[in-house]
Amino acid sequence: MNKVRLYQFAVIAGFILLLEALCLAGVIDKITMTPPHIIVRDFVRMILAGRYFGEIGKSLANVLLAFASAYVVGVVTGTILHGYKTARDILDPLFATYYAIPVFAFYPLFIVIFGLGDGPQVLIGFLLAVVAVIVTTLNGLDRVPLVLKKSARVNGLSPLQTALRITLPYCAPSLLTAAKLALAYAFIGVIGSEFIMARSGMGYEISYAYTNFDNATMYPLILLILLLSIAANSLLSHWEAVLLARRGQK
Amino acid sequence: MSAAQVTLRGVTKIFPAAAGGEPVRALGPIDIEIRRGEFFAVVGPSGCGKSTLLELIAGLTAPTQGEIEFEGRPIKENVPDGVGVVFQEDACFTWLNVRENVEFGLRQKNIGPEEKARRATAVIDMMGLRDFARSYPAQLSGGMRQRVCIARTIVAEPRLILLDEPFGALDQQTRLLMGDEMLRLWRETGATIFLITHALDEAAMLADRIVVMSARPGKAIDLVETGWPRDRDSRIVERESFGAITSRLWKTLREESMKTMGRASSGA
Repeated sequence: MNKVRLYQFAVIAGFILLLEALCLAGVIDKITMTPPHIIVRDFVRMILAGRYFGEIGKSLANVLLAFASAYVVGVVTGTILHGYKTARDILDPLFATYYAIPVFAFYPLFIVIFGLGDGPQVLIGFLLAVVAVIVTTLNGLDRVPLVLKKSARVNGLSPLQTALRITLPYCAPSLLTAAKLALAYAFIGVIGSEFIMARSGMGYEISYAYTNFDNATMYPLILLILLLSIAANSLLSHWEAVLLARRGQK
Repeated sequence: MSAAQVTLRGVTKIFPAAAGGEPVRALGPIDIEIRRGEFFAVVGPSGCGKSTLLELIAGLTAPTQGEIEFEGRPIKENVPDGVGVVFQEDACFTWLNVRENVEFGLRQKNIGPEEKARRATAVIDMMGLRDFARSYPAQLSGGMRQRVCIARTIVAEPRLILLDEPFGALDQQTRLLMGDEMLRLWRETGATIFLITHALDEAAMLADRIVVMSARPGKAIDLVETGWPRDRDSRIVERESFGAITSRLWKTLREESMKTMGRASSGA
């Protein structure tokens, strides 16, 4: 373990120990937060008992659906837009101001249109994620050297083949960044929506537990979301590091 | 051997005006005939349209006026089958290893996987890359990466190879060695080579014929026949006539370069 890793670990461990100390000393009262060791114990019990597996599965399936649809639509849209300068110029202001739009404000409207099922939650996750993917794809494609595009033409590649074999592989690191963003936004969108109006899912269960002062359920579920999100992000970051190292960019 | 493979007749390239500016006449009118199987070089002052000339012959851009033919057929903004290009910039595909890079040159060819592998192996060996077949471009030196690009081009067995200052980014020693390699490849493949370079000694050492271009808009102002035997290498620089050829090139080019510099200083 190198020094930086050691310090990173020390910061996280220090934060958890501080929380533990504050909880045990009563500075943070029991109703607000249970000590970290109790959260871990409840988490293990929850997993071993298989509680909320249905809810967890449903939320994760929706996150995955929102992520996958936003990613595919985003990469395809970004790739097509990159070839049409005028269309891109028209849409650029929308992309620049997109994250100023509170997508969650449209949730009631989506429920009216799509009903109380999973549709509105997936749509919110999709809408939050898709523009980040488009913008990151465009940025990646902007950096493809002209000589590679010329090489594609010399090799007789069609525009579609050029995208699939040259430009998109070249910007694979950007596409992994896009995947990280899309996953984070999909989590925020789906779990956040479940908090507000859904009748099931991890977000709903956390919200329900919160209303009922059920810390033994709420904190383990929050911990689970944290672990899942960090694990997925770390996996993508590792992949990104491997790609960059192979290309001599790290 | 001496039939014209590429013919340029009255070729002109004018780039449209940028915002607020005037159209730029980059090239021509220019008339050139490149013979089948020869090593043909073009030298000229910076900005004279050498690379534009190469892109026109490659079919990467279309002429504003005039005609270009490759083996009797007109070239119009499409890279003709049988033409390969090596660029000055590093065009290695960084996500593929050396073998995959080389095999990429055969992707569009209608040949079986075994034949592809055999041809890639032969070219990798020919370019001295055997020990690096599994390496990624990031692990190679600049000269090796350029070899990979050359291998990717010649594996498709082009009848005309266009080289756009391919050794421009390499050190002098590597340039000389790469020059030897190019001469060997030229002899072994039997392809025609069209080389763009700003290095007079490189042109004088490698080419059968050398065109000297004027300052922008580039026109052919001199055509030099070196008269070298086909079986030659970089030791040709020791010959007396090498100095005479280089001197002649420099004499013509010096005046043109002065024009460019004069233009630059008056414009500053």
